[in-house]
Amino acid sequence: MSVWKKHELFEKNSFYLLIGILVMVAIGGLVEIAPLFYLKSTIEKTEGMRPYTPLELAGRNIYIREGCYLCHSQMIRPMRDEMERYGHFSLAAESMYDHPFQWGSKRTGPDLARVGGKYSDDWHVEHLKDPRSVVPASIMPGYPFLAETRLNARDIQSELTVNTIVGVPYTDEQIENASADLMGQAKPDTDAAYAFEERWPDAKIRNFDGNPTEVTEMDALVAYLQVLGTMVDFSIYDDKANAR
Amino acid sequence: MAHKKTNMVSLEEGGFAIFLVLLAFACIIIAGKTFDQVMAFHAGIGALFAAVSVFLIFKKYFDDGGEPIPAEIGGKPNYNLGPIKFGSAAAMFWGIAGFLVGLIIALQLAFPVLNFDLPWTSFGRLRPLHTSAVIFAFGGNVLLATSMYVVQRTCRVRMPGKILPWFVILGYNAFIVIAGTGYLFGATQGKEYAEPEWYADLWLTIVWVFYLLLFLGTIWKRKEPHIYVANWFYLAFIVTIAMLHITNNLTIPVSIYSTKSVIVWSGVQDAMVQWWYGHNAVGFFLTAGFLAIMYYFIPKRAERPVYSYRLSIVHFWALIFIYIWAGPHHLHYTALPQWASTLGATFSIILWMPSWGGMINGLMTLSGAWDKLRTDPVLRMMVVSVAFYGMSTFEGPLMSLRSVNSLSHYTDWTIGHVHSGALGWVGYISFGALYCLIPWLWNKKRLYSLRLVDWHFWLSTIGIVLYITSMWVSGIMQGLMWRAYDSLGFLEYSFVETVEAMHPFYIIRALGGGLFLLGALIMAYNLWMTVRRGEAAEADPTAAGSLAAAE
Repeated sequence: MSVWKKHELFEKNSFYLLIGILVMVAIGGLVEIAPLFYLKSTIEKTEGMRPYTPLELAGRNIYIREGCYLCHSQMIRPMRDEMERYGHFSLAAESMYDHPFQWGSKRTGPDLARVGGKYSDDWHVEHLKDPRSVVPASIMPGYPFLAETRLNARDIQSELTVNTIVGVPYTDEQIENASADLMGQAKPDTDAAYAFEERWPDAKIRNFDGNPTEVTEMDALVAYLQVLGTMVDFSIYDDKANAR
Repeated sequence: MAHKKTNMVSLEEGGFAIFLVLLAFACIIIAGKTFDQVMAFHAGIGALFAAVSVFLIFKKYFDDGGEPIPAEIGGKPNYNLGPIKFGSAAAMFWGIAGFLVGLIIALQLAFPVLNFDLPWTSFGRLRPLHTSAVIFAFGGNVLLATSMYVVQRTCRVRMPGKILPWFVILGYNAFIVIAGTGYLFGATQGKEYAEPEWYADLWLTIVWVFYLLLFLGTIWKRKEPHIYVANWFYLAFIVTIAMLHITNNLTIPVSIYSTKSVIVWSGVQDAMVQWWYGHNAVGFFLTAGFLAIMYYFIPKRAERPVYSYRLSIVHFWALIFIYIWAGPHHLHYTALPQWASTLGATFSIILWMPSWGGMINGLMTLSGAWDKLRTDPVLRMMVVSVAFYGMSTFEGPLMSLRSVNSLSHYTDWTIGHVHSGALGWVGYISFGALYCLIPWLWNKKRLYSLRLVDWHFWLSTIGIVLYITSMWVSGIMQGLMWRAYDSLGFLEYSFVETVEAMHPFYIIRALGGGLFLLGALIMAYNLWMTVRRGEAAEADPTAAGSLAAAE
C-alpha cells in the first residue's frame, strides 16, 4: 500500500484531520516560546528596574491609546549606528514590566527606548501639541487635546492590582495610595508629593506639562516618556555578564 | 401568510434566544453601571444587537411555524446561501472602507495636516482601523462566505442549523463593529493586529467556536467520502486562528466595567507570543484560508482539476507545520535570544518549498486552459494573485535573513512587502472569488460586465506596482541613510532628514493606493449591477462532483 493511500485516513475522518492539524501547529510555538520562561537572558533582573509609577503607567496607557507604538519602536538593536543614535542597546529586563511590550515594528519616527531625559519637559509639551513648531519637517500628528484633558484616575488602583496578579511587584502601600500618588508626582512641593517620594524614591516629581492648576493627560504622557530607558544605569552595568 | 402546524421551539432556536437574552441583560447592566463612555457605548451596541437578534429568531419562528428547512429539495441539496450572500456583501463594503482608510493614512504620512490634530482622526488610531478593516473585516468576511459555500458544495450537503450560520456571520460582523469603533474611541490593547480589547476578544472567541462547529458539522454530514483539499486548509485556518487568538489575548480586565485590560505576558515573552501570533495571522488567516479559496475557485473557473493531488498533500502538511515556526524572524537583533530569531529565519527559508509548491499547484492547474487568460479577466486576476503569492513568499524569507533584516527592519520595505502579499495575493484571490461567487449566489448567468473587470484588473495592478516599488525605494533608502557615516566618522543624517527624503515616495504610494481603491469601487458597481440586472441562469449548472482531484 502506498504512502499516499494511507493519507486517506485524514481525508475520510475529520477527527484525525483535526488532531493532525493541532499536533502540527502546536510544535513550533512550544519549542520557541516555552524556553523563554526559564532562560537566564530572558528573565534576568537588572539593578535599577522598577515598576512604573501610577502617573507613568497612566501615561503609558495614553501612549498605547494613541497608537504611538505604530510609528515609534522601543528596541535599540546592538549596531554601531543605532547605539550612537539612540544609546545602549535595549535589555530584556528593561521591558520586563511592560504588559504588553512596546518594542514596535516600524520607525516612521525615531526609536524612543531611551528618550527619557534627552529633551526638556517643555520641549515634549510643545512637540506633542504641535510637532512642526519644534521639528519643521516632522510628519507626526499633533496632540493638543492631551494638555486640555484632565487625567482620568478612576481605575488606576485596580490596574495596579491586576498588574501584581501578572507579576509586577507593586507593594501593598503603593497600590493603596495609587490615586493619591498619581496626582502627587505631578504636584511638586505639596504633601502629596512628599508622600509620593517616600513610596517612590527613584521617581521624578515635576509639573510635567507646566500647568499647575490640574493634572492632565499631557502630564502623564510626558512623565512616561521621561522615564523611558532611564532606570538602568549603564555606567555601572556589566555588558559581559548578560551578553547575547 | 398561511401557517403550517406549529412546532415547538427547537433546541437551537431556544438556546440562542436564551443566550442572547442573557447577553442583552448583561450588556444593559454594564452600560448602566460603567463610568467608561466607550464601554457604555459598546455595551449599548451589544444590548441592541442581542435584542434585535432575539426578535428576529422569534419572528422567523412565528412566520414559518418552526418548520425545519428541508436539507434536500427534489433529491438535490438545498444549500443555505443567505448567510453567504450577507458575507459577500459585507466583504465588499468593509473592503472599500478599509482601502479608503488606508488611502487616508497614506496621505497623512505625506501631508501631516490631514491628521487634523483630533483624537479620532489621527494616524495612530486610524492605522489599526485600516489593518483590521482589510484583514479581519474584508478578508474575514471573504473567508467566512467562501468557506460556507465551499464546504457545502464539496460535501454536497446543506450546512447544519437554522440560526447557527446566521449567528456566525452576524456575530463576526458585530465583532468588527465593536473593534473598529473601539479604535476610534481609543480602546485598544496595543498589540499589533490584535488590538481589540478583552470583551471584543471574548465575543470573537464565542463566535469562532460556533464557526468551527458549523464547519465541522457540515463535514460530518457530508455525502462525499473524501474531505476536499480546500476544506483541509479552511479547517487548519479555523483551528489555528483559535489557538493563536486565545494565547495572544490572555488578558485580565481591570474591571468588567472598564475597557482596559492587562495582558498576562510581558516584555520578551510577550514579544515572542505576539509575533508568533502576528506572523501566523499571516500564515493561517491570510495564507491557509486564501489557499483554500485558490484550491476551489481556480479549478472551478478554469474548469480543470487541481494539477497534482500529491503535491496538495505535501503542500498542506508542510505549510502548516513550518509556518508556525517563522514568527521570531520579526525580532532579529532584539532582546529575544538569537537562537530563537535564527530558528525563525531558518524555518522561513524552508518555507520557500511549500509556498512555491502551492503556487505551482495553483498555476499548473491551468494546464490546457492557459488560453482563458486572454478571454477571462476573472481567471487572470486569480492567476496573477497566485503569482503575487509566489513573489511575496520569495521576498519574505529573504527579509527574514539577519543581514537583510538589519537593513529592512523598521523601514517601509516591510510595509511594501506586506502589501504585495495583501493587495496582490489576498486582494486579488478575494476579488476573483467574489466575481465567481456573486453570479452563483444570485443565480445569474454571468457578470454584468467583463470589460469592467478588465478595468479593475489593470487599474489595481498599476496601483500595486506603484505601491510596492515606491516602498522598496523609500525603505531601502531610509535603512541606508540611518546607517550612513560621513568621512569624519559621524552619522551622516539626522532622523528627520530621512523623514524628509521619503516625502515623494509617500505621494507615489498614496497614488497607488488610490488606484487600488478606484478598482474596488468599479468592482462594487459591477457586482451590484450583476445582482440587479444580470440575466437569470438556468437551474444549478455547476455540478459539485467535478472537483474530485485526479488520483
